[in-house]
Amino acid sequence: MASQPGNPIVLSVRNLTKTYRSAGEQVAVLRGVNLDIAAGERVALTGESGSGKSTLLHLIAGLDAADGGEIKLDDASVAGLGDAARAELRRDRLGLVFQQFNLIPSLSVQDNLAFQSRIAGRHDAAWHAELVERLGLGALLKRYPEQLSGGQQQRVAIGRALATKPLLLLADEPTGNLDEATADDVLALTRDLVARTGCGFLMVTHSERLAATLDRRIHLHAGRIA
Amino acid sequence: MRRALWILAVLLSHWRRHPMQLATLLIGLVSATALWSGVQALNAQARISYDRAAATFGGARTAMLVGSDDASFPQALFVELRRAGWNVSPVLEGRIQIGGRSFRLLGIEPVTLPGEVGNAPTVGRSGLQSFITPPGEMLVAREVLADLNLPEGARPVASSGTLLPPLRVQPQLASGVLVVDIGIAQQLLNMPDQLSRLLIGKTKGPRAALETVAGDKLRLVEPDAESDLERLTDSFHLNLTAFGLLSFVVGLFIVNSAIGLAFEQRRPMLRTLRACGASARMLNAVLVIELVALALIAGAAGLICGYVIAASLLPDVAASLRGLYGAQIPGQLTLRSEWWIAGLAISVIGALAAAAASLVKAARLPVLVAAQPQAWQQAQQRWLIFQSAVALAVFAAAGFVLWYGDSLLSGFAVLAALLLAAALLLPAILERVLSLGQRSARRPLAVWFWADSRQQLSGLSLALMALLLALAVNVGVGTMVESFSRTFVGWLDGRLAADVYVSAKDDAQATAIKAWLRGRAEVKAILPGGRADAQFRGEPIEVLGLPDHSTYSEHWPLLESSATPWVRLRPGDAALVSEQLSRRLKLGIGDRIEVPAPGGNWPLEIVGIYADYGNPKGQIAVNYAALTRRFPAIPATRFGLRVAPSEIPALLAALREKFDLGDRSLADQATMKAESKRIFNRTFAVTAALNTFTLGVAGIALLTSLLTLSNSRLPQLAPLWAIGITRRRLAAIELIKTLSVALITALLALPLGLVVAWCLIAVVNVKAFGWRLPFHVFPLQLLELLGVAMAASLLAALLPVLKLARMQPASLIKIFADER
Repeated sequence: MASQPGNPIVLSVRNLTKTYRSAGEQVAVLRGVNLDIAAGERVALTGESGSGKSTLLHLIAGLDAADGGEIKLDDASVAGLGDAARAELRRDRLGLVFQQFNLIPSLSVQDNLAFQSRIAGRHDAAWHAELVERLGLGALLKRYPEQLSGGQQQRVAIGRALATKPLLLLADEPTGNLDEATADDVLALTRDLVARTGCGFLMVTHSERLAATLDRRIHLHAGRIA
Repeated sequence: MRRALWILAVLLSHWRRHPMQLATLLIGLVSATALWSGVQALNAQARISYDRAAATFGGARTAMLVGSDDASFPQALFVELRRAGWNVSPVLEGRIQIGGRSFRLLGIEPVTLPGEVGNAPTVGRSGLQSFITPPGEMLVAREVLADLNLPEGARPVASSGTLLPPLRVQPQLASGVLVVDIGIAQQLLNMPDQLSRLLIGKTKGPRAALETVAGDKLRLVEPDAESDLERLTDSFHLNLTAFGLLSFVVGLFIVNSAIGLAFEQRRPMLRTLRACGASARMLNAVLVIELVALALIAGAAGLICGYVIAASLLPDVAASLRGLYGAQIPGQLTLRSEWWIAGLAISVIGALAAAAASLVKAARLPVLVAAQPQAWQQAQQRWLIFQSAVALAVFAAAGFVLWYGDSLLSGFAVLAALLLAAALLLPAILERVLSLGQRSARRPLAVWFWADSRQQLSGLSLALMALLLALAVNVGVGTMVESFSRTFVGWLDGRLAADVYVSAKDDAQATAIKAWLRGRAEVKAILPGGRADAQFRGEPIEVLGLPDHSTYSEHWPLLESSATPWVRLRPGDAALVSEQLSRRLKLGIGDRIEVPAPGGNWPLEIVGIYADYGNPKGQIAVNYAALTRRFPAIPATRFGLRVAPSEIPALLAALREKFDLGDRSLADQATMKAESKRIFNRTFAVTAALNTFTLGVAGIALLTSLLTLSNSRLPQLAPLWAIGITRRRLAAIELIKTLSVALITALLALPLGLVVAWCLIAVVNVKAFGWRLPFHVFPLQLLELLGVAMAASLLAALLPVLKLARMQPASLIKIFADER
């Protein structure tokens, strides 16, 4: 549970538990997870399928509610927040990137990039322009998601997530749909941008190779950090 | 606010990328609002006219005193009541013929007319003199000038030859009404010192009890919020409203299907919005705002279309109301602001109702999704079972209402329940038929055909329900109209028994014509006719005089009768009654009635019941000679002639030349029949138009469902294409699938339509019009409708199928590229 020395803790998870009901049986997915991430720290979360990686990410993002334990983002507790407050948290303090890109198909690249910062009321034109340049999206701004390759779509999703300069960037298998070279490119860009913004970064991945490129790697096994 | 606008912009961007879906949604809303509002505009227009008619000098809206036996009473009673402190004003009412047309003549006394009486003409101080002093004035609505083809100030001549007062326009008067000073009315109607009723104004001081002044000669009639005309025409308007509602519901099926598909397509977008920090409450609020905005835009367009529909149908509606109930509706549409507001409101309410399921789903949408197709299918199965159970319960409710209900409303309730239950049951029946097909299939492509049809069913079921409803109503109404048409033609053949009909200008001309005809060898018989108006058990009736001649006993159709009814009529103490009067007042053979006549009540025994289609008034038929004895003042200007068919043209020509008779005064049987059939057809023109509209909307519902489904069908079709089935073959299979489910639906709609027809004939018509028709089935008509339904389905399926046949391989490959 080491964290970036000297930097403030942006994410603190204590004794987190989560149980699902499946085929009539209770399945404990998380059995008391503890985790800290400091600002600027880049952490890979690995584990076998079904080990609870995505569940942990969803609980941190406020997309799902934990059964027990505590999640603190900066100094705000996620547990016990209502839907509106959790939405506000995601909007203002988090960036989310999914394996399936989840871009809005009816918006152009330009509008997708600016979308979260605009609804958060934190649109920064200069930072937006920098993101466009760093992500190499300048020529693609008028295009729609369906007209982009997988790598291009994931770059737009990363740009959208970082446009609000969040405290923490959460990525669930962001390179799972990409070939190796593209995955390397996308991750390199993400690392650079995380460093530029100073936010924490937690990435769920199956790839040991990609996990090794981050500052720290934690392994989840049978609902506990191994 | 900014956040909400951003979310709205994102939601709206979906429509920019899917213009066809937006068009579908708007078409649904526009059709629903247009047909509903069009019907409402027609109803509102008619009600304005009824209000005008009802408020004309003591219709049902004013308290009044009438004769205890509904007959006229002496003017002296008016004077005595005024002296006793009663603020009453006299009215005399009768009918007068001008140029062959019958008008309602009202005599009023403007000085005592209470101010609160609706539509009181503004006979000011300056006009009062000219109104009451000879020759007086005749106040009329502008429509009457057009009917008489006379300018304001002209003096028309009554059929009796009397010169009438100069015409003066009073816009607020009902059409068909002539208003004169009471003294002039008494002269014109030949009823000196007689009154029909006394209107009661507000009394300030004390007044004596009615009985102490008038004894039992007068009775008080309290004001009624609903006029006789409104009561009579309720059924017609209920009928129109039912059609409007059906079209509205069918339109909403389109909206529901478009919104449902848009929701499914936007589901990932909604999740992304939630993941990006849009709260569920804000997202749902914006979804509702988006829907309301679209509903307002479509509602406005729908209202314009509704206005056009109403304006184009108004002449036919007016003709129907005139033909069925004698109601006068002006041919020009005037709409109030309430109509516009109600139209927009119904569009918004309809859109919200159609989108309710999607909005609830959006509100409950979890941000995280777990794909559970198996669970979804099980939920669908459970839903089908639940829907079928509801359908059976609604069928049972329909049976209960049919058994115990005894009103027009219960008739419509049976129809509505029947249609709703059938629509709810349709998906389960289709599912059963398709699964039987799947079980009997052996070849792999055939198995896939049935299985895929079943899978497609949930997306198509709403459109198919719309098709089922529209088709069943078409079959039902078509069968009813055709049954009516056949019965009407047969009835007309008997009813128009004379070969030539003559209507003289006045009694003198009638006498001269009859004298001339007696010298003509080709005239086998002169059949005098006449009718008098009377009040019977509180409602106006016609007393028809039939001469004692074999023409009637041989041709006049009777529904039921005692033995030798025509012989029984001869002495003048027996009568035949019309079917609607017998049903309304529960009169049967052997019952005795008393009809008020000028010389006292006329006791009559009922010896027969006859059909009298299309007559708004109850009618009794008596011996002509007896009628003239009891009602000596009836004009004897109309009579029929029996003439050999070959001699008719020469006789007509001779009559025209000799007596200067125009087309309105002289007609042969064929012309009269053709005119009656024309009026009959016009009466059902509105029904036919609404039928076509409803079927058209159902066709659009099917088209839009297929179009919207066609996009989501690619993942199912692409694998088949990949394993070697050509796009053309796939398109053909898709076409056959759509036509198959449409055919099953149409085949189910035929028996349902026949049940609807039976309900219309045996329940609704009897309550609405007072007559029951024989029920006939017309196989050719059913085949024709089946053909129309299949053609509509073919047209609806053609566009998506052509799209598929011409699809570029790249689009199909993309399915695999996108597959995750």
